[in-house]
Formats: sequence, C-alpha cells, structure tokens
Amino acid sequence: MIGNSVRPASARNGGDPLSAQLLQSVVDVARAIFGAQASSVFVLDERNWELVFRAVSGNGEDSLVGRRFPASSGIAGWVVTSGEPMIVDDLARSAAFDRDIAESTQYVPDSLMAAPLVHGEHVLGVLEVLDPAPQSRTDLDELDLLALFARQAATALRIVMDRDGAPGAADPAETEAGVGGGAGVRLGRIEREAARHLVENLQRLLGESGS
Amino acid sequence: MQTAPSASTGHPGALTWRLVGKTPGEVPVTADAERSAPGWAWDGGTGRGVRVCIVDSGVERDHPLVGPVQASWVVVDAGEGGGRFAVEPTDTGDACGHGTACAGIVRRTAPDCEIHSVRVLGEKGSGTGAMLIAGLRWAVRQNFDVINLSLSTTRARFTDELRLLADEAYFRRTVIVASAHNSPVESFPWRFASVISVGSHHEDTADLYLYNPLPPVEFFAPGQNVQVAWLGGTTIRSTGNSFATPYIAGLCARILSKHPRMTTFQVKNTLYLSAANVRVGTGGAS
Repeated sequence: MIGNSVRPASARNGGDPLSAQLLQSVVDVARAIFGAQASSVFVLDERNWELVFRAVSGNGEDSLVGRRFPASSGIAGWVVTSGEPMIVDDLARSAAFDRDIAESTQYVPDSLMAAPLVHGEHVLGVLEVLDPAPQSRTDLDELDLLALFARQAATALRIVMDRDGAPGAADPAETEAGVGGGAGVRLGRIEREAARHLVENLQRLLGESGS
Repeated sequence: MQTAPSASTGHPGALTWRLVGKTPGEVPVTADAERSAPGWAWDGGTGRGVRVCIVDSGVERDHPLVGPVQASWVVVDAGEGGGRFAVEPTDTGDACGHGTACAGIVRRTAPDCEIHSVRVLGEKGSGTGAMLIAGLRWAVRQNFDVINLSLSTTRARFTDELRLLADEAYFRRTVIVASAHNSPVESFPWRFASVISVGSHHEDTADLYLYNPLPPVEFFAPGQNVQVAWLGGTTIRSTGNSFATPYIAGLCARILSKHPRMTTFQVKNTLYLSAANVRVGTGGAS
C-alpha cells in the first residue's frame, strides 16, 4: 500500500503556482493552529479510489506530494467513506495502523486528526493533522475546530480542482456517493470571489504579504 | 449545554449535536414518572439473549476486546444495475477499524450479548449511501434487538427512505441507536424520533450518560478520548460521537436482557429516567 505514483517535484500541487501556494498555505495554517508536526491535504481520485497527497507541511513536505494510497482502508479511508472527522491517539503502539503507508512516508505519527473536505454532499479529499500538540489531542472542542477549518480547506481544494482539474474525479452525474462520495466541482463567480478572500485571509494568518 | 449555532441558520440552539462547556449539574431535567428502585433498569442484565448488530465497516474476528462475533455480513453490489444490493456472509473482517471499535464498546458494556456485523463501508465509496440503507434494512428485517449505527448520511434524498426504515424498526421492536454527526451538519437517521440518538460529552466518568433537554440529540455519552478496540487485536484512543453511541447501544442490550418484553419507547424511557441529570419529580398532581 505504499505510494505508487510519485510526481516530479516540479509538478507539485498540479504544477500551478497559485494552486500550490493556496494548498500549501492551508496545510501550513492547519499545522500552526494545532501545533502539529505535519499536515497534509489529500485529494480523492474517484476513478482509482485512491487518496493523493496534494500538499504537505512539515515531515514529508519535500517528497510526498503526488503519492497515492488506497482510499478503502485506514483512518483516512474511514473519513472518506463516512464523511466525518476523527481523532485517534496511541497510533505508534497500534500494529494495525497503516504502518506500511506511514513508514513509506518516513514518518509514523502517534496521533492523528483527520477531517473530510466536503463540498455539499461530496467528499473531495481529506485534511490530516499529524501529532498535534497535546492540548489539541482527543478533545471534542478540537474536533469542532478541525471541522471548521476543514470547511476552509475544502474551499481551497475546490479552487485547485477548478484550476487544475480533479485527478480521476468522476462525473457528478455518474456518482452515487451517499455517506461520502466525491465529485469534480466548478466554481461560479461568487465562489471565486469567496476563494480570493480565503487566500487573502490565509496569507494574512501566515504573515505573508498579499500578492 | 452547548447550544452550538446551526450550520445553516447560525441561531444558538437550533441544532445541538454535542455537550460541551457545561457540567451535568448545569443541565438538570425534571421528569414526571413513577419512581423505580435503583438498579431496576439494568442491574443484573448482562446482555445475555440480546442480539446486537453493528452496521459499520465490519468487525474484526477474535479481537480480545470484542470476543465472539456471531455472524458477519457484507453489502455487495448485486450486479444487476440500478443500484441493487445483496447481503452476503463474509469473512473480510473490518476495513477501517471503526466497526471493531464500536463492537468493543458494546461488548464492554453488555458482555454477554450476541454481536453480529453488517459491513456497509470500506469498499469503493460509490453508492455508499444506498449501501448503508441496504445494510440497515437487512438488519431491521433480521429482527435484531439492537442496531448500533455510528454512521449517518448527509444526502437529503435518502431521508424519506431512512425515516420509513427507522419507523419500521421502531414497530418491530428493533432499537436503532444512531450517532449524531461529528460536525454540525444535517444528517440522518439520528434526527428521527423513532431512533435513539447519541452525541458525546466532555466528562471523564466512563459510565456517565445524560439526557439532552434540547433534542434532537437525546443522549450524551462518553465519546472523548475513549480507549477502543482497533485492527490487529490492538487498541487506540479516539474521540467522536461514534464511540458514545455503542455505549448507549450496550445499555439498551442490558435493559432488554433484563426486561425482554420492553418496546422501543419503553427502552428509551428507561434510559431517560436513568440518565444522570434526570430527577424524577412529583408531577402536576397534588
């Protein structure tokens, strides 16, 4: 279950600089909010039913983008199919954690927070936060915060999917996802404007100058 | 009591899915009812003779915290087109660990109950909403006593079908214990009055559960930092309404093992009157 498709570094985040910047800002902010060792955004490739690393902050930042793993198993798989966020701890002691995936990423976390990136009724991908600070672990308030932030992250992912195309996304008319599901999404003018504000807010949070 | 803003309206109290920020003493409920002796509800009831079905990602066999799994089933595409599904015996275990976690909590709460599994998640997600309904319908028509459903769907088009199914279960005396979504969104079937809906509270007391005076979530049970069974015979700790739900499902199994003739509404009433924050008053009669 290790990654089986590694994009060249030049093609990170689909090769579009603004898309890369947007998703990178999302994972950077997620990592900062939760005081985490790493954070990742995965996009769901519906045709192959795989999750694809689309942006990484922290451990694996330079090597993981483009890697794929099955969306049918593990905690991320649960998040995709259930459409619900989840917090787990004591993973390092669990022999059943997707260790082959985790070790292939050269980082085995002890705790993990994962939330679906949802548009309407569709799951577009997953936001993961690895080894958040202790006060962020296993707390219901943090679950709410994670879900709240995931809404912003989902908007960012929609922008990227709109710009770059969703890898393997099925035609929404052909999908019958119920609990989870996914779809390619097109943005309207109002959504684009909202997305622009989101980018600006994220950049402000990160202390970057607007561009 | 958390009266978190509704996802759609922003009005406090419009949709409550979790208890945070207040202690049990801050959510008192006074009920009119006959007093019952302490322990009447489930003391001595171990779940023996009660069939509990976990509708989820499957249940790992031979997990030390789950014990025997009476039977395992999986919902599969019937291959006839049109979204038809069949339910078949399976030995595929658990795809994610979530169903095993729920089964372990049921076992811990009602150690002598029968645990059955219907796997509706873990395969390619296409059609999973319909698979959930297919698995739930099958479980209802097998006349299980209790169904643990730590799942919900946000898809509005399944609402009517799920409501009919929940009502069917109610009149068949199958208690569906359904988890509220982990996010403040509309999802089903936990919103229906015919099921017993469960969210999480913040308290550390392992056996504490509360009645929510502001439903639709009716009960809050331990769902934070819960030690749960996981794949490979291991455990992890996890947080979410998913893990509060099987505690209540286990209590239902204990109640029914002690009072097997109870209807679904009696089981819910028993939970209500036994909740830690409910005090039985004298009623309006003088």
